[in-house]
Amino acid sequence: MYKYDNYDQAMVDARVAEFRDQINRRIAGEITEDQFKPLRLMNGLYLQLHAYMLRVAIPYGTLDSRQMRMLAHIARKYDRDYGHFTTRQNIQYNWIKLEDCADILEELATVEMHAIQTSGNCIRNISSDQYAGAAADEVTDPRPWAELLRQWSTFHPEFSYLPRKFKIAVIASSEDRAAMRLHDIGLELVRKDGELGARVFVGGGMGRTPMIAPEINPFVKADDLLSYLEACLRVYNRYGRRDNMYKARIKILIHEIGADEYRRQVAEEFAHVKTLGIDPPLAELERISAFFAPPAYNAADAEPDRNDPDFALWLDQNVKPHKQAGYAIVNISLKPIGGIPGDATSAQIDVMADLAEKYSFDELRVTHAQNIVLPYVAKRDLYAVWQALREAELADANLDLISDIIACPGLDYCSLANARSIPVAQKIATRFADMDRQRDLGELKLKISGCINACGHHHAGHIGILGVDKKGVENYQLTFGGSGAEDVSIGKIIGPGFDEDGVVDAVEKATEVYKALRKGDERFVDTYRRVGLEPFKEAIYG
Amino acid sequence: MVEFRYRTDEVTEQPSVTLDAFLDQSNATAVRLEPDDDARALIPFLDRLTLIEVAFPKFRDGRGYSAARILREAGYQGELRAQGDVLVDQMAYMRRCGFDSFAPEASLNPDAVARALAFYDHAYQGAADSAVPIWKRRHG
Repeated sequence: MYKYDNYDQAMVDARVAEFRDQINRRIAGEITEDQFKPLRLMNGLYLQLHAYMLRVAIPYGTLDSRQMRMLAHIARKYDRDYGHFTTRQNIQYNWIKLEDCADILEELATVEMHAIQTSGNCIRNISSDQYAGAAADEVTDPRPWAELLRQWSTFHPEFSYLPRKFKIAVIASSEDRAAMRLHDIGLELVRKDGELGARVFVGGGMGRTPMIAPEINPFVKADDLLSYLEACLRVYNRYGRRDNMYKARIKILIHEIGADEYRRQVAEEFAHVKTLGIDPPLAELERISAFFAPPAYNAADAEPDRNDPDFALWLDQNVKPHKQAGYAIVNISLKPIGGIPGDATSAQIDVMADLAEKYSFDELRVTHAQNIVLPYVAKRDLYAVWQALREAELADANLDLISDIIACPGLDYCSLANARSIPVAQKIATRFADMDRQRDLGELKLKISGCINACGHHHAGHIGILGVDKKGVENYQLTFGGSGAEDVSIGKIIGPGFDEDGVVDAVEKATEVYKALRKGDERFVDTYRRVGLEPFKEAIYG
Repeated sequence: MVEFRYRTDEVTEQPSVTLDAFLDQSNATAVRLEPDDDARALIPFLDRLTLIEVAFPKFRDGRGYSAARILREAGYQGELRAQGDVLVDQMAYMRRCGFDSFAPEASLNPDAVARALAFYDHAYQGAADSAVPIWKRRHG
């Protein structure tokens, strides 16, 4: 894992002092709320329905046990004893007091953490593959590249007042576990003639106008990457729309001028920017990469004893193959039946920290699906890990099943929401609580957003649910056929919306149609793509 | 009114003209850029300009940051002034993008400005100022 040097630490410490000063000036009335808003947002501080919410950055979703324990400590000391892991691999706290913020940041800084650029119209936390460094199919570990981008984008003087927020994801596998093409910039690291570089996709996103990012450049060399991204951002900063916040994301610019014209403008800007000497030498990427060297693997290959059926179920569903023989990737589900997706108590966060320290070379990951990963667990330890997780009520064996739901905080917390998301997630999970039934349905990604801003990724759900406000009543639209993976696609609305119970019934009917029509090992989304909407519509509305 | 200036030369007294007016009749030495003006249109004339004023009608509109860097990258040495809705907490980034004078619409507290400009000793990335990026310090 990356460790701060004196420079990195000084940057984070300075940010604490700066934000403390900003808060003091706000409390003294020297700056207005309107002026303070972008400053607090660039530090992840939102004013929500009931209280301030603080979003803490977990760069590319990677953290160690010391950092994880700090997250538990903050939940206990400053919040209501829990935290909420987000789709950008961050954590947010829902009940924060403004006057505590600077102290929280100061505590975070002691473990190399911060809340820098977790909101605002700037470059947000860089996200990545939660299996980075452990996946058998990766070309290289994407995290050093993500760290390079983290540093470049931190306090970027030109790109901190962009037309709108800007999200970047980096992956290095053909299997996409980070919804890469649904980002403002998606980078897929590839090897060409032995050299590493990035395929660059620009202009994807969800929100009210979902779009899949087109490829803008098939290969940008490592030591050109920052110049190239700088050119991508500069074209956007100059020409992105600022007249309408709903049309201000880069996807709209690219949609309006076309990918070819955008590519041309970026190439022209890049030819200029490349002369400025802003690209670090490859030695900097190598310096960062050294922190991500493989851990000291020492376990012989051995298959775990599958005698305990509950353990075997969890093994089959939540444990994934590792690139190192003798090791496995453990997914910890934060989706207990009837629970709040992505929430964990401070005690649970501590348990996960302890397990990482004892069994996973001190490392954890947060996934965009709001779960936690222990990336380096020896197979001989799997049973012990499972027992400890079960003790902490963290052993739900539902990864990628219908109850592994992504949901935004919705109208229970969020000031933008039109409808509640959490109760719908809870009702669906409860309806499908039976594990045999869930497993029979197989991989089924269900995602719920409480408004058009799509924080719950409903466009990318095999089944998506969008909460809207229909004349003062919560109403839920269903979409089918979306995907955030390498088979990326945007779901389509199937017809008129439903009330809360109606949408749960409709989801159940859809699964019955799937069961009746599926061929071989088709997933729900495969059957839907093959047979089309009609049979589903007939069953749901007929 | 210029409230903060980080240059030692004389203040230009000549009022600045719009970009269109300047391009029509280019003997002026001071120009004002609006957010949607293309700063690159000035590149052929940078030698004879002593002041370029960049307007910030709203502090949230960040186009002026790119305009400033583009002008400095093209070798502009004259005064580069941020005018309009310029706030304390934007000034450090503006300095990094090459602005060296500030004419905020609403007067700013000079102590708060001094503090805001002094929080960071280093910067991660290269820009239009003289800060040596951290990666360069690491690798000599």
